[in-house]
Amino acid sequence: MGFPHAIHAREEAVLSRHFGDSNALSLDGWKQRGGYKALEMALGMEPAAIVNVLKESGLRGRGGAGFPTGLKWSFMKPGDGKPHYLCCNADESEPGTFKDREIMRWTPHALIEGCAIGSYAIGAETCFIYIRGEFSEPLRAVGNALGEAYDAGVLGANAMGTGKTVNIYIHKGAGAYICGEETALMNSIEGRRGNPRIKPPFPAVAGLFGQPTTINNVETLAAVPQILVNGAEWYKKFCLSNPKSTGTKLFSVCGNIAKPGNYEVVLGFPFKDFLYEMCGGPLPGRKFKAIVPGGASVPIQTPEEAEATLMDYEGFVAQGSMLGSGGVIVFDDSQCMVKLIGRFARFFAHESCAQCTQCREGTAWVTKILERIEAGGGTMQDLDTLLELSENMTGKTICVLSDSCAAPIVSGIKKFRHEFEAHITGKRCPLRSRSVA
Amino acid sequence: MTPPGGETGSVHSPAHAPHGAAGHSNEESYQPVLLGGVRDELNRILERYPTKMAALLPALWLVQDARGWVSEHSMAEVAQALELTPAYVKGVVTFYTMYHQHPVGRYFVQVCTTSPCMACGAEDTVAALLRHTGCGELGSTSPDGKFTVIEVECLGACGFATPIMINEEFVESVTPDKVSTILAQLR
Repeated sequence: MGFPHAIHAREEAVLSRHFGDSNALSLDGWKQRGGYKALEMALGMEPAAIVNVLKESGLRGRGGAGFPTGLKWSFMKPGDGKPHYLCCNADESEPGTFKDREIMRWTPHALIEGCAIGSYAIGAETCFIYIRGEFSEPLRAVGNALGEAYDAGVLGANAMGTGKTVNIYIHKGAGAYICGEETALMNSIEGRRGNPRIKPPFPAVAGLFGQPTTINNVETLAAVPQILVNGAEWYKKFCLSNPKSTGTKLFSVCGNIAKPGNYEVVLGFPFKDFLYEMCGGPLPGRKFKAIVPGGASVPIQTPEEAEATLMDYEGFVAQGSMLGSGGVIVFDDSQCMVKLIGRFARFFAHESCAQCTQCREGTAWVTKILERIEAGGGTMQDLDTLLELSENMTGKTICVLSDSCAAPIVSGIKKFRHEFEAHITGKRCPLRSRSVA
Repeated sequence: MTPPGGETGSVHSPAHAPHGAAGHSNEESYQPVLLGGVRDELNRILERYPTKMAALLPALWLVQDARGWVSEHSMAEVAQALELTPAYVKGVVTFYTMYHQHPVGRYFVQVCTTSPCMACGAEDTVAALLRHTGCGELGSTSPDGKFTVIEVECLGACGFATPIMINEEFVESVTPDKVSTILAQLR
């Protein structure tokens, strides 16, 4: 198990404070660090009061869409006589993203506490944590922590002695990126193929097993206890730019950069300082060429765009991309953009559930064309074909997987067109020929 | 690091063999899995869900943990236990990449090669793994039956490129020069 870096002076470690501290893994250790005070407090509150604190805090979903968490919870109507469900999305599979893995393997009780509070706030007695099958360490850490929490009476039919029922179970995935899409995730829990569902009905109306359901990301739920204990005002003050983006956010950093890892900053932090100061900048003798700031599904930024970005939901959009899941992928000047974009496309082609024609056919064809260009067999017309296919893959399917495949292709051709053309005119990868020589 | 149980250690068939070809010979005397303690575990799992169908993924995991793979006989057994049809179960099994539909080596090695890892040299790590295990090509099992190496899409550990998974164990930051040492610990 790799150890996280020491906290950088400009980080704001709310969620990551105990990363690397193996004493925080146990129930006792977690309680010594202030754990489960928020749950105790929550179980003594009216559910609507908890939802109001969340609304007031400004917390937005950390899985990618950025939907306000308090508002999402307010769609659930306690006392409607139906069973309610909370699903925690721990299917973290977005290339470039590995923050939820870190939360689960170092601070599993933070997630469990957030799940318990969320369940109570939305009137759910059952919560499923959907953890991707490959995450053996998080599965073990969360499984052990759940066992402890049940044994200590924190969870169960009489949670913390309050007479309230809070059950949390792990549902282990089995290798399917698409199950991170919330309706596919629910199908997977129900024992079905992970095909996304058509919306409406939205999950809050008819979700898991046809009942009102809320789905939240790991990082979102792990932040909830902190907000409850410290107050909405405290959380709201974590804001460096747009007031619609509050709180701290974990960014996973990978690729060609000096210090990859998970970094927690206040939203609105300057991306330039983040990349060069906190993460150490490029590798020796290299320059950044492209940055994918929010996981593989978002448009690619040039270094100039990245350096002008303030890291919040609005800031990334203003510089041609999206915050997404916070998975920052950095490529330097030793890398071939055509090859990398082709590999992203292959990822989406592999992970398409194949329900929608535009996605099933589109992801496969763009992959073939990109790989052909990379191998030196492309034509100029291929670039137009790629853009046309991308347009047909955007906004036309049940879920956004095919949109996600198109985003790096469209932004890649727009911002790195010369590299595509060099492959076509030179009939080979210019970088590869250099490295062979 | 423990190899999966069952008969998998003695089976040398490629992971990409045609459906059924690898499994049938040693499936003639199929021993049911969902008995005794495993059955008790399944019953405990069933209590969590309002439908039997919802226990399908966990039930398939129980089978794979016990036998190393999910054969058509196993699918039929699970189907019966959960009041589903074997065809339905097969439809679900084939959707998810982690259920093995054929026997694999004692050590099932998954290497991430998605773009972030590729940019950090994952292809060289794959080549080293294939060379040192004797697997020859991706998806094949080594002649001694010990290893199957496959390429996998994003393992969710991109900051620790290149991550590989050997059975249930993650190994981070694997470079070609570390491969022989890692494999030597398994032999």
